[in-house]
Amino acid sequence: MAIKKFAVAAYDDEEVLFPAVKKVRRSGYKIHDVYTPFAVHGLDEALGYKSTDLHIAGFIYGLCGTCTAVGFISWIYTSDWPINYGGKPHFALPAWIPITFELTVLFAAVGMTMTMCYLNQIMPGVKKHVFHPRQSDDLFVMAVELNNHTSEQAALEFLKSTGAKETYIQTAESGWWYGRWDKKEPYEALNAG
Amino acid sequence: MHLKYESFVREPLVDGDKTYHQVSEDIISPIERKPGRMWYVGFFFSLILLGFGIFSVSWSVYWGLGTWGVNRTVGWGWDITNFVWWIGIGHAGTLISAILLLFRQGWRTGVNRAAEAMTIFAVMCAGQFPIWHMGRVWDGFWVLPLPNSRGPLWPNFDSPLLWDVFAISTYFTVSLLFWYSGLIPDFSLIRDRAKTKLRKLLYGVASFGWTGTAKNWQRMEALALVLAGLSTPLVLSVHTIVSFDFATSVIPGWHTTIFPPYFVAGAVFSGFAMVNTLLVITRRILHLEEYITIGHLEAMNKIIVLTGSIVGVAYLTELFIAWYSQSWGEMAAFQWRIMGPYWWSYWAMMTCNVVSPQLFWVKKLRRNIPFTFVMSIVVNIGMWFERFVIIVTSTYRDWIPGSWAYYSPQWPEVGFYLGTFGLFFTCYFLFAKYCPVVAVAEIKFVLKTSGDNYKRGMEKIDNMTEEEFEHVVHTHHEQEGHEVLAH
Repeated sequence: MAIKKFAVAAYDDEEVLFPAVKKVRRSGYKIHDVYTPFAVHGLDEALGYKSTDLHIAGFIYGLCGTCTAVGFISWIYTSDWPINYGGKPHFALPAWIPITFELTVLFAAVGMTMTMCYLNQIMPGVKKHVFHPRQSDDLFVMAVELNNHTSEQAALEFLKSTGAKETYIQTAESGWWYGRWDKKEPYEALNAG
Repeated sequence: MHLKYESFVREPLVDGDKTYHQVSEDIISPIERKPGRMWYVGFFFSLILLGFGIFSVSWSVYWGLGTWGVNRTVGWGWDITNFVWWIGIGHAGTLISAILLLFRQGWRTGVNRAAEAMTIFAVMCAGQFPIWHMGRVWDGFWVLPLPNSRGPLWPNFDSPLLWDVFAISTYFTVSLLFWYSGLIPDFSLIRDRAKTKLRKLLYGVASFGWTGTAKNWQRMEALALVLAGLSTPLVLSVHTIVSFDFATSVIPGWHTTIFPPYFVAGAVFSGFAMVNTLLVITRRILHLEEYITIGHLEAMNKIIVLTGSIVGVAYLTELFIAWYSQSWGEMAAFQWRIMGPYWWSYWAMMTCNVVSPQLFWVKKLRRNIPFTFVMSIVVNIGMWFERFVIIVTSTYRDWIPGSWAYYSPQWPEVGFYLGTFGLFFTCYFLFAKYCPVVAVAEIKFVLKTSGDNYKRGMEKIDNMTEEEFEHVVHTHHEQEGHEVLAH
């Protein structure tokens, strides 16, 4: 959570974006993040991100659901309150498969969705900086983090040379915070004019 | 040069000269405008229906289920018929979004959002029926395995009726998560475009603060894929379990092993019909003809003719097995279905579900919009009669001829059914006004492969010889590095 300075480059084509990401990374600039209006396949690899382990979390949640269902029903039917239905076995596993399956799916789906929200830091009331109002529309926006030693001019010129349609310097909060989207944040005054 | 190539044999999924920005404009601007007069009329009419439904249900709860036409012989009437009908309709959305995602069917992107919304609203309607059929609805929580002071006495985990509770609540939850997680990026688009403060505030909350970073998209896609993998068996399980409500009993006409696949096919059949009913109107009113194309409607009509035929085979199999079993109860049940006092419901079902969808073998009719619309309603009338036939005509003549009865619905049952239409369309009108009815981010994702203008640009490549193509790819490769080719 810090207010930092970024050089922002907006591209209008994902095919220009890929080589640009490569050039920027190779030249040693630190890419804060790339914002795209839709999932651009391969961008995560181009940025050097590892693939996500979310599905493993989903598997574990699902397993918890299976165990909950089988454990709970078998405890009820064999020890807490065994009922004799016409001499049928108390431990009637085949009859429990539907509920076991449903709970497996339910736990996996709910758990994974919540984990996704947690990892992505998204929640109602969360606010994050939007570098370009069209980053959710038709622009692919790359934010490059600057420090005191980087020349703003050189960074902008370099980004321009990678094919960016727009480049500018912007001060932004790098993390997330609780806030209202209709209110301007104090730091945004730094970008006025 | 774009290297995502799709054959010309495939129709474009997005018509017209679209850019990414144009896609946003087309789909989001109806949300930003005031709704038209049609919307207000429709919404108001839905509210009236909903109000009448609430009145009918309140009447039934106040005076008890004696106000319904059900009796000791026919214990399940319109109520459970409507339950199964709505839950069947609620199968198309998840089928489109999950199964077609796994099968990599690109055309799902145009219709999945509206179909998923329809699923959620249909399941909401379906859920009303078993709840209010309880009569003493204030004891409804007894179906949940909650610790209680009655022992604790637990529900019967061996009963298909309880499996239903789990199946439908799970189905509703998972469908909702699937639908809403897809909406988050689109809400962020509305938020970033918003001109008014209120819209910015509300869509800011609804978008969960989504900004679309590469890592966020990666996790979102992983989630969508796993949810699709989970929903695929889930959607099959739900109607299977609904069919167990009947199939595990020993009533002739219900006690058959064909029920699970037959119910699932019927559910998909009616669900796609309802999607067609809604989309034919939605695409017209919101001017989305370029996103929900005739090709989309045709694809769904193909599924309708397939599932309609499966259902037809199931009906005939039932008749055959009734004869083949040589069980007089079984044979009598089917004979009375066809020729007994409820013959009209059986023949309505047969005509609407088996005969009429066969017209969709004709390509001209599959691509005819008024015909599609009429057929989509015919199919759902037929599917309603199917459930009525299964439920009422299997029970009205039971083992003791002295207790044979005839069932006709009373006004609270009819009002309740109309009320669920009110609930369904109230929700759908709100959805069409406040949510993007087409998944914007997903359309943008397929635009460069399947958009009309981009496909036209591919013509040059399509006419190249293999050597020429090799040459172009090679030069391109050297210019821009390996990444482009790899993706």
